[in-house]
Amino acid sequence: MDNTVVSTGTEGKTWGGGNKPLKASYGKMMMWFFIVSDALTFSGFLAAYGFSRFKFIDSWPIADEVFTHIPFVHDGVSRPMIYVAFMTFVLIMSSVTMVLAVDAGHKLNKAKVTFYMFLTIIGGLIFVGSQAWEWATFINGDYGAVQTKGGNILQFVDTNGERVALRDFAVIDDHKERVQDNRKSGIWFTSEGTLPTYTVSEVLNGLEANENILVRTQIINEEGEKTVLSRAESLKQIKDNGKVVVEGANLHVNEYGSPLFADFFFFITGFHGFHVFSGVVINIIIFFNVILGTYERRKNYEMVEKVGLYWHFVDLVWVFVFTFFYLV
Amino acid sequence: MADHAHKLEILRGLVKFKSNTQKIWGVLILLTIVTAIEVVLGIYKPEAFMAPFLGMKILNWIFIILTIVKAYYITWDFMHMRDETKSLRRMVVWTAVFLICYLIFILLLEGGYVFDVYKEGYMKRDF
Repeated sequence: MDNTVVSTGTEGKTWGGGNKPLKASYGKMMMWFFIVSDALTFSGFLAAYGFSRFKFIDSWPIADEVFTHIPFVHDGVSRPMIYVAFMTFVLIMSSVTMVLAVDAGHKLNKAKVTFYMFLTIIGGLIFVGSQAWEWATFINGDYGAVQTKGGNILQFVDTNGERVALRDFAVIDDHKERVQDNRKSGIWFTSEGTLPTYTVSEVLNGLEANENILVRTQIINEEGEKTVLSRAESLKQIKDNGKVVVEGANLHVNEYGSPLFADFFFFITGFHGFHVFSGVVINIIIFFNVILGTYERRKNYEMVEKVGLYWHFVDLVWVFVFTFFYLV
Repeated sequence: MADHAHKLEILRGLVKFKSNTQKIWGVLILLTIVTAIEVVLGIYKPEAFMAPFLGMKILNWIFIILTIVKAYYITWDFMHMRDETKSLRRMVVWTAVFLICYLIFILLLEGGYVFDVYKEGYMKRDF
């Protein structure tokens, strides 16, 4: 039996099934068509990201200032690209072990298929874990910022242009009256989100007290850097327009700049992460089938090839996500 | 399925591998080199590539071209598109490439237009 489809007894008849006009089995061809449609879905997302970016081309966050961390390293030094390069390499590596598993499958080598499938699953898990960490870092944020009435983000820098965190200069008001409301605060009231650590007035007091701190706006100048305001302008902006303190990023606010950047980041990397996760689950199922000898009895490892196609596709999408979120 | 013939040449026959396994490792090396170039350019951002060209920095064009190179080798060698029939390959690749190019064209053009409206029109966003 040449493929995994059960013999229908109509092989060789033109309309009876069992024909392979493209020399690919039904399952493999359908996996290709699924991949085409899924590729179009991802392209839709990435093109929408491109639309929003072109719409705010002069104020879009600079990725190198957003993703600067490495796990377990807390020295405050900015290291853009390093960790995401590691993630990319892990995914490419797991693609390699997958294709090696497919190759071993062609040779009906059960032990090797098992081994390489196992490595592929491990690679996928490392990648999903890294992505979860990346999300957590992004959500927690770094320096904090103030959002204006118009929704623009004002960040803080010292006179050398180095970023300054709110916690380093805000003057804490011990008598502040606003506390987080709970259910017991009112009859109809149920809950509200966590309040920022500082209020705008605390940030303003801190700014007034520290002569060397300036405000940096979202607008990108000629040199491709964010505009830094003068001392007088800085105070004026925070005093007149500062509305809320923003720490980290979520679907509503984003301390790094346009909230759309955070929305697209969560949505696209989330959708991709979901693909990786489901790929890992499918790989685990196939892994156990290999161990149980299902394909050994079929004398055919095409199932490994089909999940392999899906797994490589996930890698393929990541190559583009990597480019458009971290490089360009 | 012993009849599985693999085409073992990459880079238009410049590099020819002895076995499929060897080709896989060869493609890995190629992809790693391309990614390394991207990362190094992304970290150091050489001044020479910062000039604008067709609406984007030259550096961004380099990134996009390198990405397409990577996508090509993942599809052709890891997904074995090289070994499929010409008609299957065209059904998948041409359809996707055409639709994606069209989508990118209309959305980016529209995005640029909306930017101009915000910028030139009587719209105030700086408050």
